[in-house]
Amino acid sequence: MTQNTQAPAPRTAPGSAPAAPRGLVDVRRRPSSWTGLWFVLPFLAFYAVFLLWPAIVGFGYTFTDRSLAGGDVSFIGLDNWSETLTDSDMYDSLWNTLWFTVLSVPLMVVLALGMALLTDHARRLGWFLRLSFFAPFVLPVTVMTLIWGWMYNPSLGLFNGTLSRFGIEGPEWLFSEDTAMFSVVAATAWWQVGFNYLLYLAAMQSIPKDVYEAAAIDGAGVWQRIGRITLPMLARTTALIAVLQLIGSLRVFEQIYLMTMGGPNFATRTVIQYIYDSGFVGLRIGLASSMAYVFMVLIIAASIAQFRLFSRKEG
Amino acid sequence: MATSTPPAPRTAQGPATTAPRPAAPRRRRWSVGSVALYTVASLAAIVWFAPLLWAFATSVKPEGETTVMPPTWLPDNATFEAYTSVLGRGDILRWTMNSLITTVIVTVLTLVLCVLAAYGFSRFDFRGRPGLFALIIGGILIPPQTLIVPQFVLMTQLGMVDTYWGVALPQVVAPVFVFILKRFFDAIPRDYEDAARLDGAGPVRVLWSVILPLSRPILTAVGIFTFIGAWNNFLWPFIVVNDPEMMTLPVGLGTAVGQYGIQYAQVMASAVLGALPLLVVFLLFQRHIVTGVAGAGIKG
Repeated sequence: MTQNTQAPAPRTAPGSAPAAPRGLVDVRRRPSSWTGLWFVLPFLAFYAVFLLWPAIVGFGYTFTDRSLAGGDVSFIGLDNWSETLTDSDMYDSLWNTLWFTVLSVPLMVVLALGMALLTDHARRLGWFLRLSFFAPFVLPVTVMTLIWGWMYNPSLGLFNGTLSRFGIEGPEWLFSEDTAMFSVVAATAWWQVGFNYLLYLAAMQSIPKDVYEAAAIDGAGVWQRIGRITLPMLARTTALIAVLQLIGSLRVFEQIYLMTMGGPNFATRTVIQYIYDSGFVGLRIGLASSMAYVFMVLIIAASIAQFRLFSRKEG
Repeated sequence: MATSTPPAPRTAQGPATTAPRPAAPRRRRWSVGSVALYTVASLAAIVWFAPLLWAFATSVKPEGETTVMPPTWLPDNATFEAYTSVLGRGDILRWTMNSLITTVIVTVLTLVLCVLAAYGFSRFDFRGRPGLFALIIGGILIPPQTLIVPQFVLMTQLGMVDTYWGVALPQVVAPVFVFILKRFFDAIPRDYEDAARLDGAGPVRVLWSVILPLSRPILTAVGIFTFIGAWNNFLWPFIVVNDPEMMTLPVGLGTAVGQYGIQYAQVMASAVLGALPLLVVFLLFQRHIVTGVAGAGIKG
């Protein structure tokens, strides 16, 4: 009985709150309730153990000469930090990462938009287009790199084989410093653009159809409808996709590592690979951690700057 | 044809809009413009799908035929030899099982933990709530790849190297899903819960029988993307697993290729086999993926 009378109470009479037993009846905002915490606690426990704790411990490593091989650990102050910040290889790998990002982000936004527009207009092919454009996204990275490595094969691959049909000698693709990064970017775009494409498709579906109908009555052609209605209404989505793609591209590692191992001559070694090389190949945990922290700070700064820009557009 | 776009009928029926109806027949069914559009769209789709076809074409060739120059798309003597020899080794099946086990652990735990946390943050107030929420949201900014070194040390100390739990547990923490789910729960009107609450339902029951059924699209979307992400994750399993028996599919395939030498048909056969599980999942859940993203509001 008391339940029935108390349920609506907190809205008007917060003073009566402390008397009620927690939780069951009154799950609206109540400052003294602990119920919510019980729901949050399991996630918090995982978060603390697997994310927060490693982040803190990793920061501690940066001041030590700890090795993955074991042995004595001693405090060495800022040595790892100064080594990281003066290491030209670190700057090279940062530059490679940035170059990959500069090449891939615009490409993967524009491609996704084009594909989504095609899908939106060629309705009868919808199923086939969605399958073709999105399917590569669900491939494991190793499968993607196997297939593209085979196509890129300089002497036996599909690309140079086809070129040879026309008497053209194709490039070395992944095996030349000049072309390796472009080849990796192309393969990455093929593999990952499906996600951006999906976001665009979803956004296009939510544009009200009567806007188009009104424009059609006024005699607007296809290009006018795309230019005056679709693109402006997708501005927020485009900003979001650009942000997500930028953050994603800055974190690149796996496909490059599998396709080129960072070569030739380190021309495609990314920051994440350099961290991996230092920590798991060179066994220098402290150095790898300080690199990771430098990189983390850069990514967080880029993310925050992007989100700022993005939210300003929104408002 | 599975037109998974529900909005399509909207324009097709539209008996209410009287004006544009007469205009429609005027546009001929196959105008020059639409022929061009469908041609471009088909070509783009075929080009995009070609690498997968090429992988398959190579995989059904006898080894001697794979290196014929210039390349041919149709094998002269199609054979599944490469598949039988790859499957005969047995490790691909083993890795697929490993991937399945770890991916299911990750997906189930992620859904349970994130749903509970999002519900807690969305429907309750408690001491420290704003601070805890900010702490979790802040975690979105930390790139998981930068934590591999301390996470690996932690896993060594916990004795979880080369175990399913070692692969799965660090992948479970997904603060971004707490954020997305909370936003979705926030948008569910509280009136729905009132009736259940008046009947004496506790918070768990409200979550189970009111909130969750209303959240099916977002749960599907989060579930599918967690599944794809965990299945295809490479870096972490690559680091935490050394025992070939415990490798996941992407890691196992990466290490195995060296053993195949220049057996290109076998390499492509293993690539096709590695691609199959998720392609099937994708075909089954196609419509849910698009509508899930649309409903999730991830689209921004």
